[in-house]
Amino acid sequence: MTEGEEPDVAGVLERVKTGVEAFDELVMGGLPRGRATVVAGTPGSGKTVFATQFLAHGITTYQENGVFVTFEESPRDIESNMYSFGWDLATWRKQKRLAWVDASPRADDELVLGEFDLNALVARIRHAAETVDAKRVVLDSLTQLHDHFIADPALLRRELFRVSLGLKREGLTVLMTAERNSEYGEISRHRMEEFVADNVVILRNVLHHEKRRRTIEVLKMRGSHHAEGEAPFTLMGGRGIVAVPLSSLRLEQESSTTRVTSGNTEIDAMCGGGFFRDSVTLVSGATGTGKTLMVTNFLAGGVAAGEKALLIGYEESRGQLFRNARGWGVDFEKMEADDKLKIVCLYPEAQSLPDHLLTIQSLVDEFKPNRVAIDSVSALERVAPETGFREFLISLTSFIKKREVAGLCTATSKSLVGGESASEQHISTLTDSIVLLRYIQQQQTMHRGLMVLKMRGSEHSKDIRKFAIDSSGMHLGAAFERAPNVFSGPGADGLEGL
Amino acid sequence: MTAPSLILFVSGGSPTSRRARENLARLAAHDLPADWVVEIIDVMTDPARAEESRILATPTLSLGDPARPRRIVGDLSERARVLEFLGIETRSEAP
Repeated sequence: MTEGEEPDVAGVLERVKTGVEAFDELVMGGLPRGRATVVAGTPGSGKTVFATQFLAHGITTYQENGVFVTFEESPRDIESNMYSFGWDLATWRKQKRLAWVDASPRADDELVLGEFDLNALVARIRHAAETVDAKRVVLDSLTQLHDHFIADPALLRRELFRVSLGLKREGLTVLMTAERNSEYGEISRHRMEEFVADNVVILRNVLHHEKRRRTIEVLKMRGSHHAEGEAPFTLMGGRGIVAVPLSSLRLEQESSTTRVTSGNTEIDAMCGGGFFRDSVTLVSGATGTGKTLMVTNFLAGGVAAGEKALLIGYEESRGQLFRNARGWGVDFEKMEADDKLKIVCLYPEAQSLPDHLLTIQSLVDEFKPNRVAIDSVSALERVAPETGFREFLISLTSFIKKREVAGLCTATSKSLVGGESASEQHISTLTDSIVLLRYIQQQQTMHRGLMVLKMRGSEHSKDIRKFAIDSSGMHLGAAFERAPNVFSGPGADGLEGL
Repeated sequence: MTAPSLILFVSGGSPTSRRARENLARLAAHDLPADWVVEIIDVMTDPARAEESRILATPTLSLGDPARPRRIVGDLSERARVLEFLGIETRSEAP
């Protein structure tokens, strides 16, 4: 920091978590306590959901009660609308954990004539806050309040500033919504955020390539850092806003040194004792080289060691996976019956990438596996533009590590001999370990070869090993004496310098 | 039928609230029917009443007419328009 620059006070600002986990990470832990934030968005962008989630999270997780000031819908309407997200506002109201200030439009005739102030509104909010001992306040939406008193905009601005200041002085953390006319125009109608907010957040709902894309962006955080860029989110029944974390913040997980088996003792030996527990391993190879077999071994090895394993398949049906496993002497049915294994097969095209990520996250959080395999991530490449896919992979790998599960992802390389796929390029820098499976031609015979290309934080064998597949699985043979060039030859150049 | 009631919501001793009180007192003395009941509520000391009547701004004059409830936000300085809005014929010009 240079002299005279405004000091960064991020360290001294207490943070209030919104319940939108990935958003809280964007803003360094949550909204600053005792400050006002404007959440701006077009109609239908999720403002009321975000605001309600902020209150609900305080009530359910932190015993921080809330006040909801509504200028638009009636409290009863909001109570029934928000119920599907899992928030029982009516019950919290009865338990005095939530208080309403009903400022929705009335049927009365009203005439605004001359000067006025909004002291009545402030008095009502303070009264409601005292009644339930609230720490959080939502005003939804400022635009409605503004339009109610449209006659004198200058006076209204002054009054809104006083409302915001008055609530902050009470130590309340304030979230106000405001409407926008367009997704990439002025921040809010009448530029209201300028005189009420310390922080500005934007919710967007954009139609892009015939797919709806919702994002959240932090525009301004007074006296504090925040991450830049738009983080995608979805609205989910029972959960509300679920945002997908941006990559920038998530690459700092500590790595454990605990080893877990790959399911094959010979591969464990090549890796210096197995995979690391909270690491992600990429198995890459052309079709038929044995990727699904490695997945099967990985799952069975975990279950044999008393772990729980999860497989998310995007290429083959459950029936096929079970048949394959049986062919290699692995009984998936029994493992599932014992609740040690869960296999979920999904069509890549069935949902968008952010939704796929959330599905994986919910499966992991529900089943709580010790290891998870995804076969294959390259199948998901079909459903997203490139940038989205990279974000997805980053989020996926960091999620797996954060949950301290061992992850195994497969990627299919397009060419049969050598070669690489886009997902290989994307994921190779993100995964801790890479195992390559390749076809290798020697004279007139085609062999399968396996090589541990990378093993972060550990020694590993540099050999390229022949292997064979039979009814009891994978068997590693001798190393190739003269290393064939398929691992570094034409088409595999991109893997250098990993 | 009972006489309509007027409630003036004010906030403490702010200048606009004080002016509204004075203007209302003048209206009551000269223009309002004698049987109209006038009540004054300070939202700072009685926020529950403001909540009940869903008042946002002060001063607000609320006319509890069952057929047509009406409200005037402001300091009531424009006598003629206030009376017109309340539906009261002006008897004479103010002294």
